[in-house]
Amino acid sequence: MSNLFDLLVAGLATGAIYALVAVGFTLLWQTSQTINFAQGEFVMLPAFLMLAAMHAGAPFWLAIILGILLSMILLGLAFKMLLVDPMTRHGVLPLAIATMALAIGLKEAVKQFFSAEASPFPSIVPTGDISILGHAVSLQSIGVLVVAILAVFGLTALLNRTSLGHQMQAAAQNPTVARIIGVPVERMILLTFLINAFLVALASMLITPIYLAKFSSGEVLGQAAFIAAIVGGFNQVRGAIAGGLLIGVLDNLAAAYVSTQYRAAVPMIFLIAVILFRPQGLLGRAEERTV
Amino acid sequence: MKTTLLAGALLAFATATSAHAQAIKLADVAELSGGGATVGTNWKNGIDLAIEEINAKGGVLGRKLEVTHADSQSNPGVARAQVQKALDAEPYVLLGPGYSGSVKVTAPLAAEAGIAQIMGGEAAELTQAGNKFLFRTSFGQQSSMPKVAKYIHDDMKAKTVAVVWVNNDFGRGGRDVVVKELDRLGSKVVADLSTEAGQADFAADVGKIKAANPDAVFVYLNEEESARILKELKRQGVTAPLMGETTLIGQKVIELAGDAANGARGHVGLTTDAPVDLIKTFRDKFAKKYKYVPDHNGLKGYLAVYMVKATTDKMGKVDSKAFADTLHGLTIKAADEPGILMDVTFSDTGDIDRQSFLVEVVEGKQVVKQVLPKVK
Repeated sequence: MSNLFDLLVAGLATGAIYALVAVGFTLLWQTSQTINFAQGEFVMLPAFLMLAAMHAGAPFWLAIILGILLSMILLGLAFKMLLVDPMTRHGVLPLAIATMALAIGLKEAVKQFFSAEASPFPSIVPTGDISILGHAVSLQSIGVLVVAILAVFGLTALLNRTSLGHQMQAAAQNPTVARIIGVPVERMILLTFLINAFLVALASMLITPIYLAKFSSGEVLGQAAFIAAIVGGFNQVRGAIAGGLLIGVLDNLAAAYVSTQYRAAVPMIFLIAVILFRPQGLLGRAEERTV
Repeated sequence: MKTTLLAGALLAFATATSAHAQAIKLADVAELSGGGATVGTNWKNGIDLAIEEINAKGGVLGRKLEVTHADSQSNPGVARAQVQKALDAEPYVLLGPGYSGSVKVTAPLAAEAGIAQIMGGEAAELTQAGNKFLFRTSFGQQSSMPKVAKYIHDDMKAKTVAVVWVNNDFGRGGRDVVVKELDRLGSKVVADLSTEAGQADFAADVGKIKAANPDAVFVYLNEEESARILKELKRQGVTAPLMGETTLIGQKVIELAGDAANGARGHVGLTTDAPVDLIKTFRDKFAKKYKYVPDHNGLKGYLAVYMVKATTDKMGKVDSKAFADTLHGLTIKAADEPGILMDVTFSDTGDIDRQSFLVEVVEGKQVVKQVLPKVK
């Protein structure tokens, strides 16, 4: 039982990071029909930006700020202007393929300029335990959960409680009508790209102390977050959050109670089941398209 | 006068050519570039240092040693081509490669040519294929794992052990031997956990270890995964002592795992930090010549050449066909041949038996805690 509790906490902590990344997926899809297959690499890169800042002599807190800012410029602004904008008129598929190419490019660039070997990355949360309901729970897991939950709550509040959030939702739901009623749709789309970049940089800062900074570390994350987004519902932020947490817990329970060898298969089987029986995702909204 | 000069010149020329003809030729194929460049460069420098020493003392049976170095580019395909080229020149003994994968594809070529191959690979299977010409310079898993199991049982006094291993040839090979040995000694394996190469998240695996509550944990993963599991073990507060091999306590692991590596112990076949005077002397000579401290691959290259010397001295002749037979079952004592650094015995399969070291990570540094004696 204590084992189950540990597994749930660890699963929720990993799942919270998947959720951050998955939310980014859904935001980009809703506002600009971009399926970003480089999302995993978007999580890998900020850690290296932060490491580069630290190598240049910046203290850790400054490196985090610089890393997040640089990520928002590179993975938000530059990504939108240099890749998404020119490709989007060719349709969803060419854009998706372009993001796959970007993923390969980012990985190879980091390998070339940094190293193919893993590097250590400091943690913002100190190691140690605290006792919850008689169970020793690691501070790092709690820290990851708290930061991720705060980020998600902040985002939900922004989307639902502010005028800016309403404008973003309007731009996502019906850009033509939004434009007519005076919503600056282009600016709202750019804002979602910046938010996505902020979220992946945050995820990067949380996950890298555990996974280590390595050029290939985005592959696992990208895949998990993609599955999480589809399972939860690609068109709903709350779906992505639920999907992320669910996949994190499922992955840990599968590794413990099924087999480590088949742990990766369990979320996949779950994904297939969701696509077959509830294609809009657990919390998603069915979309109808006119042909 | 003219005649004397001419005769002198002719004599000098004849001596020079005969000395040249008499030199014993060795061929080395190593990872001089690519991913294994550190391995190959250390190995090559070790070879060059040993040859320089031996030649300065008059060579082997009065003949100088000569070596040609070829680059495998850390690629088994290239290694195979380079070994074929080296064998065509009919060397006395073939040295290298260092990577097990490259050894695997080149060993049949050397065996076919009847040339002894002294290499750096450590995978268990290399010497289990019945190749009569292949020799190790370091422990294979079948030699190191019994020592690890004995240490866990005798010194750590562990009655229950969790074994975590990486699911590939390397991990499975080590796991099979250690589990068998632990079982023989009477330590019970209470958790037998396979993990995947490149695995990032070890929370579930460590959760299982915690649930099994073992007296000791044996960790047999590659370096990066070792660092990740060390961090996770610390994160989840596992306090059982940790034991592993070189891959658990290597410098890279310590760098990646930071504090979490402290207290981890590992069995190490060769280390330049060993408390052995001859190894310290080797380390100083190497550092003086190449301006850096070698890793265990430098030791391996150095030992390979001294294996050639000791075997040839034993035969009393330079006979490449009889070389392998002589080396099988041979014990070389450091008292007789200081270049071999530690007493060593070669089995009929080309495996070695030698003393080794128990290293513990103390405040981010490797500290040799114990010398483990030869098995036989």
